[in-house]
Amino acid sequence: MLGTGILKGMVETAKNFAGSYTDPANRLTTVEYPEQRIASKENARQFPMLIHDTEDPMKGLRCVACQICEKECPPQCIYIVKSKDKRADYKGQMQFYPATFDIDISVCMSCQICVEVCPFESIKMDTEFELSNTDRFGGLLVHKEQLAKSNEHYRKIHPTEAAASDAVLAAETAKAQAKAKADAEAKAKAAAEAKAKVEAAAAAGPVGATASAPAAPKPSSPAAAPPAAPAA
Amino acid sequence: MDPTAPVDGTQFMTFHDLAYDAGKTDFQRKAQSVGQGREGELLEVAMGPQHPSTHGVFRMDVVLDGETVVKLKPVFGYLHRNHEKIAENTSYLGSMPYTDRLDYFCSLTNNWAYALSVEKLAGLQVPERAEYIRLITAELTRVLNHTCLAGFLLQDMGALGTPLMYAFREREKILDLIESLTGARMMCNYMRFGGCRCDLPPGWLDAAKKVVAEYPRFLDEFETLLSGNEILMARTQGVGKLSAELAISAGITGPMLRASGVDYDLRKVDNYGIYSRYPFRVPLGDHGDVYDRYMIRMLEMRESLKILEPALKDIPEGPVVDPKAKLRGFRPKAGEAYGRIETPKGELGFYLISDGSPNPYRYRVRPPSLINLTILEDMCLGQTVADAIVTLGSVDIVLGEVDR
Repeated sequence: MLGTGILKGMVETAKNFAGSYTDPANRLTTVEYPEQRIASKENARQFPMLIHDTEDPMKGLRCVACQICEKECPPQCIYIVKSKDKRADYKGQMQFYPATFDIDISVCMSCQICVEVCPFESIKMDTEFELSNTDRFGGLLVHKEQLAKSNEHYRKIHPTEAAASDAVLAAETAKAQAKAKADAEAKAKAAAEAKAKVEAAAAAGPVGATASAPAAPKPSSPAAAPPAAPAA
Repeated sequence: MDPTAPVDGTQFMTFHDLAYDAGKTDFQRKAQSVGQGREGELLEVAMGPQHPSTHGVFRMDVVLDGETVVKLKPVFGYLHRNHEKIAENTSYLGSMPYTDRLDYFCSLTNNWAYALSVEKLAGLQVPERAEYIRLITAELTRVLNHTCLAGFLLQDMGALGTPLMYAFREREKILDLIESLTGARMMCNYMRFGGCRCDLPPGWLDAAKKVVAEYPRFLDEFETLLSGNEILMARTQGVGKLSAELAISAGITGPMLRASGVDYDLRKVDNYGIYSRYPFRVPLGDHGDVYDRYMIRMLEMRESLKILEPALKDIPEGPVVDPKAKLRGFRPKAGEAYGRIETPKGELGFYLISDGSPNPYRYRVRPPSLINLTILEDMCLGQTVADAIVTLGSVDIVLGEVDR
C-alpha cells in the first residue's frame, strides 16, 4: 500500500527519538562542549612541542638543532637557527642547541613527520587544541619558549609512547656512560702501561732497585689497574 | 509577441491583463509579466560554486528550458592546490600527509593507494600484520564513506537533517576507532612504505569488533527508514540513468559502474592486499539509476562488514613495518610504477616515475571522483534541476580529489 514505507520510517524516527533518552550511548554521541569534554585519545596529535628534562626549559631542551625536522617537514613550517656555542646534553655530550626554533602553526598540518624523523626524542606531539588567537601573524608563530614542555607533561598525555622514549634515552645514557667508563679505563691502562715501561726502563738501568721489581708486573694485571680516574 | 523584445515586463501588459490582475500584488503582477511571451527561451544558470547541494566548490553551468536541463557543463578547479606538483618537489614520505587531503573522507584508502605504488616502485614487502591492518582500516573507511554518502544523498533530496544526522552518528563511532589508532579523525597519515606507522593500541581490536557487530543494526534501521520509502523511490527510480556501455567507455569505476551492472571490482580483479582470503560478493545494479547507486552502497556496506568480522579475528601478531624500509633518505631506484586500489569512490591510482632522487620525477593521481563526474551531463539531460542535484549527489564526489 502506498505510504507504508513512509509510516515504517516514521516509526524508526520515533524509536530514535525515544532512544536518545533511554540509550544515549548508542543514539546520542554528542556532548555539550565546552562544559563537557571527551577525554583525549592517547594517540591524539595536534601540534608539535619540544621536550625538556630540567627545571629551566631553555637549558634542558633535548633538541640539538640538527635541522632534520626542518628539512623533512612537508609544509616547511619549522624554522631553526643553530647556536654558535655548545653545551652538555642529558648524557654529558657537548651538543649544539637551537638559538631559534619557530613553528608557524597556521601552516603546520599536524602530520607528525617531524616526530618520526627526530633521532633525539626531542620533538613530540602535544594534544592542546584550543589555540585560537587574536593576532593571526605573530600569535600563530610559536617560539621555542612556548613550544617547550616538560617530560612529565609528555608522560601524562602519551604514557605508552613516553615510556618507550624514556627507555631509548636510558639506553643511550647507559651506552654513553659505559663508553665513557671504557674510555677512561683504556686511558688509565695506557697511562699505567706507559708508567710501567718508564719504571721498567728505570729498573733495568741503575742497580739495587729491588723494590721496583715486584712492582713491575702490577700494571699488567687488570684487577690491579686503578679505578677509572681522570688520570693524565 | 516578439521574444527578442527588451526584458522589461511592464511593456507587455495589455488591457486584458490589467483587468485580470486587478486583485494581485505588485510583485505577483511583475513576476507574471516577466515570464509572459518568453516560452521556448533558454536560461543559463550557474549553480555554484557556493551552492549548498554541489558538495563543495563545484559549479554546474546549466542551460534550462523551463525546468528541464538541456545542457550541463561541470566546472571544477576552485579547490586546485597543485597536489601533483607539490609531490614532485617533496620527498616520497612528504607526500603521504598530502594524500590525506585528496578525498578527505577516506584518507586511509588514499594512503594505501600511494603506499602501494611506492612499494611497487621500491620493491618493499609488507608484513602480514600490516596487511591485515590495511584491510581492516580500508573496509572501515568504505563503511564510513558509504554511510555519509547515503546521508548526503537524502539531504540533496530534501530530507533535511534526519538521515544525515543518523549517518553522522554512526560515522562518529568509526571515527573514534580511527582516531585512537592514527591520532587524527580525518587526516590520518597512517600508512608507511612497507607497512603502517604504528601498531594497534591495546583494546582497539575489541572496540572495533564491537562497532562491527553493532553496525548491521544501524543498517537495518537505516534501510527501514529509507529503502522502502515511497518518496525516495519516486525521486530516484529512473533518474540519472547511466548505461553500461557509456560507463565503460567513459572509464567510470566504483559503485557508479557496478550500479550500471558491470562486474568490475579491483578487490576481485587485482587481488591486492589479502582480499583473496575473504569471500565477499560484489553487488550489481540493473538499471543504473540513482536508486541503484544508493542500494549498491547499502549492500556494499554489508559485504564490508562480512570481510571485517573474520579479519578482526584472524589478525596475527608481528611487526607492522618492513625493517628494510627507511623513513629518511628514501630513494627508490629509477623506474616507474602504477599502484591502484578500489577506494569507496572507485579506482584510485598513483603513477610514479622515479629517477633515483629523493623526489618522484613524475607523480600522477588517477582520481575516481573526477572521472566519474565527467559524464554528469549525459545523466542529467532532459531531467529537471532537482533531479540533476540528486544525480550529482549519487556520483559521490569530494572536491578535494576532483580538483587536487
